[in-house]
Amino acid sequence: MAGISIAREKCTGCEQCVNACPFGQISIVDDIAMIAEGCTLCGACVEECGAQAIVLQRASVEAVDLAANQGIWVFAEQMDGQVRQVAFELLGEARRLATTLMVPVSAALLGFGCESAAQQLIACGADRVYVLDDPSLAHFNDETHVDVLAQLIEQHKPEIVLIGATTFGRSLAPRVASRLDTGLTADCTLLSIDRETGNLLQTRPAFGGNLMATIVCPNHRPQMATVRPRVMKALAPDPMRAGEIIHPAISVTPPRSTHVLAVDKSLGDSVNLTDAEIIVAAGKGIGSQANMALVHELAHVLCGIVGATRAVVDAGWTSYDHQIGQTGKTVAPKLYIACGISGAVQHLAGISSAEVIVAINKDPDAPIFQSAHYGIVGSVEQVLPALIAELRGITAKKTSIDSR
Amino acid sequence: MSTLQIIACVKQVPASTEVKLNKETNTLIREGVEAIINPFDTYAIEEAVRLKQQHGGKVTALSMGIPSVAELLKQTVALGVDEAVLLSDRRFAGADSLATAWALAGGVRQTGAFDLVICGKQATDGDTAQVGPSLAEKLGIPHTTYVRSIEHVDEKLIRCIRLTDDGQETIEMTLPALITVVKDINVPRLPSIRGIRQAQSAPVKLLTADDVNADEKRIGLKGSPTQVVKTFIPAQTTESELFTGTPTEQAKQLVAKLVARRLVQEGEADGRD
Repeated sequence: MAGISIAREKCTGCEQCVNACPFGQISIVDDIAMIAEGCTLCGACVEECGAQAIVLQRASVEAVDLAANQGIWVFAEQMDGQVRQVAFELLGEARRLATTLMVPVSAALLGFGCESAAQQLIACGADRVYVLDDPSLAHFNDETHVDVLAQLIEQHKPEIVLIGATTFGRSLAPRVASRLDTGLTADCTLLSIDRETGNLLQTRPAFGGNLMATIVCPNHRPQMATVRPRVMKALAPDPMRAGEIIHPAISVTPPRSTHVLAVDKSLGDSVNLTDAEIIVAAGKGIGSQANMALVHELAHVLCGIVGATRAVVDAGWTSYDHQIGQTGKTVAPKLYIACGISGAVQHLAGISSAEVIVAINKDPDAPIFQSAHYGIVGSVEQVLPALIAELRGITAKKTSIDSR
Repeated sequence: MSTLQIIACVKQVPASTEVKLNKETNTLIREGVEAIINPFDTYAIEEAVRLKQQHGGKVTALSMGIPSVAELLKQTVALGVDEAVLLSDRRFAGADSLATAWALAGGVRQTGAFDLVICGKQATDGDTAQVGPSLAEKLGIPHTTYVRSIEHVDEKLIRCIRLTDDGQETIEMTLPALITVVKDINVPRLPSIRGIRQAQSAPVKLLTADDVNADEKRIGLKGSPTQVVKTFIPAQTTESELFTGTPTEQAKQLVAKLVARRLVQEGEADGRD
């Protein structure tokens, strides 16, 4: 029987485990650690214990033929025949993992009239592209995409399947994993191979990015993970790369229970925060709804997208599509400019993958400055116009050189 | 008019504001970890109750957790839930999203015939958003994630709007079905004084693994393909640089840094149209 226990004779009552428990389930009673019933058996305390007094007994699992599964697969999500950037990023990562495992990298491309994208996938790292070209796959549909991808995986048995943590990917992946009765790790930010076991080490943020967890799926195949966009690096496309395009024998049946009636992409670029390289976000500290115009203008000058905190959305200054944070979107831009954002942990949870954070806030003690690379203490009304003017100046300088 | 049998799934999570980092010791600060209903699940409950009020029927709140979760489930009764069901058994402990889905599916089947299962889009502690779709698979029903509004429900189908990365989509599914909902879908009501009073004595139906005929190999730690092998506090490498001077001077310094880091390129096109 699986379970966790304290070896009372070893426990020194040092409290290391109390601090290590992400769920606050350990306390010291009479100088001995006690684990409460809310324990999730996550094992965080086990390695923290210097006295090796915590024993986590995992259930023994019947031997599974893991060697039957080989190769790394990437789900090549596409929209209107255009493969999403995250798929190229995953191919780059898959190639890196493949050099350790010495296995081929494949892409699964499901769509209609998307054949031309297969060459792009090869150029960006795929050795094989499994193409399913069918009118029923023209637009993402949970029912048909799950059916087809699960069948493909069962037929070709990859050992690893990587899927972008997009809206569709986060809907598709858990359902496919559930159908295959295998493990899935969500929103990974780091992947590597355990050289001893060959297992995929999947690292993801938990508790709003305050804690990182490394997860394995040792006894089930494939090992599945969703990966956040903009975290992994795509390879530069090499049009000379050779690869194989395969048309698997899978019958695609039209959906019976799930129908996509209408697709509205009009919000498209203006709110695609997930893929955005530059985000200018507003917090309640901008002072008034009128100042949203400055935020929009700065975003415009930077070719960025406007984001907002929950407080700003709740105040009705902008729509929910723009909300970033725990109850909104998770973003990973190269540049994140936080205007009048105090930096509540719920908001920071959504921007933990941002490369560079700039904070503009009139309160020098705002927690956002702790997370920011660059900070300006000042009011948004004064700083933003200065920043906009400066950026415009730079553009003009270059243009005038060009026109000479 | 048809009546609806709705199940709202609920998870107990630590109040997220309690999760703070002690910058000196690099450990999580936990001052009395308060347990709350996962904020996203409050939208699931509200939507279920609204649908019941429009169409008639019954709302069941279903959770899996330690026995004390029963107290949280009582709160849902104050919000209009008719029956609260808690799957609680040591054998459920240590479940990942697959094993959780398996256990919840057993709980859903216990409640009898149902039309709609509503989950929050994800829980604020794990943030995986996996249990909803995984549960739908175990129940063999269609699902749609990130639902921002329900347009139409009748005895046969549901039509809803789901948020996507590019905008939104209208999806129609045959019932029974499962949806996960985002915050945009409604504004949860506050419980009435009378509701709170009634809820205190509301019964919570407790189900063990045996009650739902759970296969022990499919639930809890045993039924979890994934294992956490390590947890660590991410390195805080952020070195903040503060700019001083007039707003224009500050802006100049910042822009110089952004240009140096190639985040802003000289001569970049001025905005998109």
